[in-house]
Amino acid sequence: MQRLAGLLLFLAFVGGAGFWLLTAPETLDAASIQAHNPNLENGRLLFDAGGCASCHAADGAKGDDRLILTGGHALKTPFGIFRVPNISTDPEHGIGGWSDEDFLNAMIKGVSPNGQHYFPSFPYASYQRMTQSDLLDLKAFMDTLPASSVPSKDHDLPFPFSVRRGLGLWKLLFLDGQEFTADPNQSIEVNRGAYLVTGPGHCGECHTPRNLIGGPLTDRLLAGATAPEGGGFVPNITSHPSGLGGWTEKDIVYALETGFTPEFDSFGGSMVSVQENMARLPASDRAAIAAYLKAVPALETQKPEAQ
Amino acid sequence: MKSTILALSALALTAAIPMQTQAADDPILTRQALMKSVGAATKASGAIVKGEADYDPVTGDLAMRVMHSAAAGFSHFFPEGSETGNKTEASPEIWKDMAGFLAAAKKFEADAAAAVEIAGKGEDQFKEAFLSVVANCKSCHEKYRVKK
Repeated sequence: MQRLAGLLLFLAFVGGAGFWLLTAPETLDAASIQAHNPNLENGRLLFDAGGCASCHAADGAKGDDRLILTGGHALKTPFGIFRVPNISTDPEHGIGGWSDEDFLNAMIKGVSPNGQHYFPSFPYASYQRMTQSDLLDLKAFMDTLPASSVPSKDHDLPFPFSVRRGLGLWKLLFLDGQEFTADPNQSIEVNRGAYLVTGPGHCGECHTPRNLIGGPLTDRLLAGATAPEGGGFVPNITSHPSGLGGWTEKDIVYALETGFTPEFDSFGGSMVSVQENMARLPASDRAAIAAYLKAVPALETQKPEAQ
Repeated sequence: MKSTILALSALALTAAIPMQTQAADDPILTRQALMKSVGAATKASGAIVKGEADYDPVTGDLAMRVMHSAAAGFSHFFPEGSETGNKTEASPEIWKDMAGFLAAAKKFEADAAAAVEIAGKGEDQFKEAFLSVVANCKSCHEKYRVKK
């Protein structure tokens, strides 16, 4: 009996130590970070491509208010309520005091300056695809934005999602640490589109379905998904007839520019804000996104029955 | 052009008979039919704005009048109890924020009324009218529609 108890204790210890080791937040090797001469114009482009303001500006912010990244928006998801933090330049409540290394660790590794895991509601699983040079341009641009002294609020998550350390396991499964690599069989334009869609644009965060623990179903890339917030269905944007099959590249470009489908239905929900970001990109980038969406594998929509 | 209008009118008449029996008592079906009218007017206007069809004052005027008629009636078809069913894409936000929704509907109606004044007066005026009306689509759908 005593032996059994001892064994259980030992196993619990090994299990706990294993969990602790496996879930340790991993950061970048500081030596891999190169000095960078930032391009602010490119930083602004990535700010729009990344849709930073869509989540981090105050709810309903328009015009220049979109540049005050005060946070506060509540993302009501099946995993709980995530409250978007202040990422303005305020050194205390925002990220004004961050070094390049802090910023890269957040965007690529999903780790905060004090070594905690971020929840993947912050789409670092997409941002990890971005080049270091683009990320530092983005940081330099964000460093020019106004400060807001509104404190960030805590997330409101049920157990076990509330255990931050457990995200280490999620990252083992879904964060591969790979920067975007171009497909040599595709044109420069398609590769540019692929970079924008899978990296900064993080389109798959909503358009690709997730499994029960919130990992993307990579064999269902961009094939549409139950909306992460508020019910509804995020459309299939592959070129299958049940997705964008009936749309030309021109139609996709027009929709990203104006918010109207070829049938002149309008975009709605959170895609309105995304589309307005896309409309700020150079026309060549919208064309690249369209070219890539036409090149991704066509998959049929699998929808839960609508009520 | 005349023959198109005649054909459209004939279509509308025949379509109206079954729709009436189907929609008259059901606010969800009625508001969906109204939104389809807006969609048809937007599509015809959009083709002109995109340069895929030629502008003519009769179509331009008619399209904005369709928008205005639909806008004037639309918000009356969201009574309590019509939150779900018939694949409605109306967001629960409408009933949580009825005042905001009604204000958005009022703005749509006012912009459409202003558009009717100028849509038949030339291509440039028509484009201006159209863009001011359809800005309402996105801003309202952003908050009050859930795509299914």
